[in-house]
Amino acid sequence: MLGKPVNRREALKRIGLMGAGAVLAGCGLPAYANRGSNGRVVVVGGGFGGATAAKYLKRFQPSLDVTLVEPSRRYYTCPFTNLYLAGLRDFESLGHDYRELEDTYGVRVVHDLAEDVDVDRRRLKLAEGAELSWDRLILSPGIDFRWGALEGYDEAAAEKAPHAWKAGPQTHLLRAQLEEMEDGGNFVLVAPENPFRCPPGPYERVSLVAHYLKHNKPRSKVLLLDAKDNFSKQGLFMEGWAEHYGDMIEWVGLSDDGRVIRVDADRLEVETEFGTIHRASVLNVVPPQKAGAIAQRAGVADESGWVPVEPNTFESSRVPGVYVIGDATEAAPMPKSGFVASNQGKITARAVVADLAGREVPEASWTNTCYSVIAPEWGITVANVFEVHNGDLREVPGSGGVSPSGAAASFRRNEALYAEAWYAGITQDVWGTRPGE
Amino acid sequence: MRELILLVGLALGAVLAWGIAWGGNGPEAVEEGAVDAERAELIALTCTACHGTEGRVVTEIPPLAGRPEAVLQAQLIAFKRDEMPQATVMPRLAKGFTEEELRVVARYFASLDADE
Repeated sequence: MLGKPVNRREALKRIGLMGAGAVLAGCGLPAYANRGSNGRVVVVGGGFGGATAAKYLKRFQPSLDVTLVEPSRRYYTCPFTNLYLAGLRDFESLGHDYRELEDTYGVRVVHDLAEDVDVDRRRLKLAEGAELSWDRLILSPGIDFRWGALEGYDEAAAEKAPHAWKAGPQTHLLRAQLEEMEDGGNFVLVAPENPFRCPPGPYERVSLVAHYLKHNKPRSKVLLLDAKDNFSKQGLFMEGWAEHYGDMIEWVGLSDDGRVIRVDADRLEVETEFGTIHRASVLNVVPPQKAGAIAQRAGVADESGWVPVEPNTFESSRVPGVYVIGDATEAAPMPKSGFVASNQGKITARAVVADLAGREVPEASWTNTCYSVIAPEWGITVANVFEVHNGDLREVPGSGGVSPSGAAASFRRNEALYAEAWYAGITQDVWGTRPGE
Repeated sequence: MRELILLVGLALGAVLAWGIAWGGNGPEAVEEGAVDAERAELIALTCTACHGTEGRVVTEIPPLAGRPEAVLQAQLIAFKRDEMPQATVMPRLAKGFTEEELRVVARYFASLDADE
């Protein structure tokens, strides 16, 4: 009003969605300024989940004292690294910083590693020695690898046979290996059992590696050895592979002896359950995973290595006052996707604000849309809407699903265009990156 | 000031209309409406993962902020009813919400200014 921009708070007032108390509290005070804290929230992890939670905590309740702990000053997303691997996108375009969180929202961003946590004393210990105390703690630590769970695959092996399942040096290493690979070589990807980060990720990766090889090393082959018989958007991937890559990509599922039980990174060889040895020119191993280390330290993870949570809030089922979001959680049927992690960040921010104010948590909804790019103008999607029903997370009946099979090329092209647009939209929503920045 | 009075009046009117729309009457119905209003905002927040914060990012995916309520409402309901043959993910997402929820989400984005 009076020529000032209308933000969420104003909009809620205009359409009558905010209670009288909230309207009065919003009067005459600058947006997002710290106005004498009414609660300290520490968020660990500045990825899709944590950065969203920090931003929306301040949007919901500007007077909260919010600290985000994230080692990187610039965060590179795992989504879209496959486009970089294919030579279709600049790596720097996957980087995002924390200026909007600091400057616009007044989040205190501490670039350090959360090393240990004392949930009884409510203190978080950082690698450089500082300690942070909280009224509520939100952990969004992502994944760690279960080194050695797949025989022969440890951190040293990953320097020869990269996972490239966290964006950074591993991504560059895999790209360099692809560039050095001879024409007529054999790219082998080893995919794990469920659950793991980014269910369609291995299949998008082989698609875009095939795209790179088709245009640069056309005599090469791509082999995907899978510990499963079914995977995300399977029919659509297979349709796209046939359309764009003929027989360049071979997928071997569990029933056809696709499960790898041993890796020899020095020889770039893998052995399957029934003793078949496959030799690779470039070997990409996506290893078994678990919740990030700080979740283990906090005692919120269970025997599976993942974190059970209360469905409506994502508060830990084991440690009250500690909330966990993102890939670290066991939140089936929600996938471990950046999209879902960000949505969980918003819902959990809302739950934390309500909890600190002693109020009821509103009924939640979460959505997911996972885009996969098979070729530059060939995109496919899965979409989901989730709700809590009788105390459990579930998909809303009749909603969601994958792109139609056999759709026109124009439909696939639109979904490829929307994939790029989605990336611009979500990285603006999470980190404030402007499209084209 | 006149604008402020008008807005407060509109807001009160909306709250009352809300209560009536949800089939109740009296103060209890208004209270019930207020709870569902919070839920409406949580639904709107699912949209911003593609459309940007407050629905303001302009890409191949259209912005939502400040667009006419009737247009947004008609589009969302057409998505839900499979009346948009060229649509991609939106029909699958819109089917996860009731028509009443879609109407409130349309109202939310329509009430925002298009520019920050």
